[in-house]
Amino acid sequence: MKKTRQEYIRDLQTVQDKVAIMGETARQALHKAMKSLMESDRMLAEEVMKADDAIDDMIIDIEDYCLLLIAKQQPIAHDLRVIATGFKISTDIERIGDHAYDIAKTAMSFDAAWELDKLQKISSLGDYAEAMLEKAIEAYRRRDVVMADEVRKMDQGMDDLVTKTFYMLSGMVTEVAERQKQITQLLFVSRFLERIGDHAVNIAEWIIYLETAERIHTQKHTKTSV
Amino acid sequence: MKMNIKNLNLYYGDHQALYDVSLEVPENHVVALIGPSGCGKSTFLRTLNRMNDLIEGVRIDGEIQLDGESIYQENMDLVELRKRVGMVFQRPNPFPMSIYDNVAYGCRVHGLNDRKKLDEIVERSLRGAALWDEVKDRLKSSAMGMSGGQQQRLCIARVMAVEPEVVLMDEPCSALDPISTMKIEEMVAELKKKYTIVMVTHNMQQAARVSDETAFFLNGKLIEHDKTDVIFTKPRDKKTEDYITGRFG
Repeated sequence: MKKTRQEYIRDLQTVQDKVAIMGETARQALHKAMKSLMESDRMLAEEVMKADDAIDDMIIDIEDYCLLLIAKQQPIAHDLRVIATGFKISTDIERIGDHAYDIAKTAMSFDAAWELDKLQKISSLGDYAEAMLEKAIEAYRRRDVVMADEVRKMDQGMDDLVTKTFYMLSGMVTEVAERQKQITQLLFVSRFLERIGDHAVNIAEWIIYLETAERIHTQKHTKTSV
Repeated sequence: MKMNIKNLNLYYGDHQALYDVSLEVPENHVVALIGPSGCGKSTFLRTLNRMNDLIEGVRIDGEIQLDGESIYQENMDLVELRKRVGMVFQRPNPFPMSIYDNVAYGCRVHGLNDRKKLDEIVERSLRGAALWDEVKDRLKSSAMGMSGGQQQRLCIARVMAVEPEVVLMDEPCSALDPISTMKIEEMVAELKKKYTIVMVTHNMQQAARVSDETAFFLNGKLIEHDKTDVIFTKPRDKKTEDYITGRFG
């Protein structure tokens, strides 16, 4: 049977491409934000903060594009889910961008010249959050439900890491009183990274909805006390 | 079930137009029949009140029941059947007579001549078809002077006047402008409180808006039948999804 609506099909692919590019931009922002924090690189932190405007512009562009498609094409079934998940996933990515901004802002006043082994835990947490995000974006690009499910399963690992980091940092509050500001900053950063992990899980759930039309919601395991 | 169709096959001479179609039509529901041109949906619709009997060379096997009774049984009174299962066609087909006489026509054929009763039926039917306010002052005017949308609502009023139980609609809005289409759709939502409606439509959004259940036909076969909400969000069959999203034509 002859295929029709080729332009519309291309438009739907464009939605996916735009969201994937936005996701990759947010991942890079997270990577640079963590680097700026670990290396006290304020120029890099400033670059990340400025780049957040680009991510905010991307979500507006995606929303406008999706609204126009709805108005012009009346999408239904899987097509509608491409658009609906385009809205939802881009919102999650925008929040990830905001958290990368928050981490970069922390880096602007953070003194990293201090107990590197402690910083290592935060760095690992950052790597884990970035890995979750990278996998979620790749799963979205491929529309891969199995890969999306792997992202969901990574959430437990994120929660465990956040809990360990929390206990390590909270134990240091009394030990090294002069470092309280840094410790508090790192507690916030660990919270931002945990939230990024949660957004990656949201993205994974939307990918599963996109491909199966089934709504699932990841049960949170033992919540961190952060 | 108001109507129950079991293993229906239909042949135009040597050509088979419907293959083993089974479908249940629940009472006070709107069932939309969708599918590309030539898929058999209008043929199927016409079997429900035996309109295909008028076509030479048509052969049917299988079972169609109305309230549990076969409509193809030998002693079936076709006039009575078509009173119980009325039909609205693609193009409005008012009779060349007054608006009043169009609506009263069926009742008169069935022997009702009481003027007062006819007045009541005409008003009730025109109100039911959302047409009363537009024509109440010109009931004696010719129906041929009405707009297309008004004519189609008049035809619906004419069907309703004989109080059918099932109304078959064969693309009732395909010749109408968007405003008239919306009026018909709103009317269908009201009509289903009282009647069971089976509607053929090529307009996917219309099927999604007005029907409770949707049946997708392709090449004479019923591919999928489910609640409209399911068909338009997560159809089981890829052919259904390809059709409703316009992937083939």
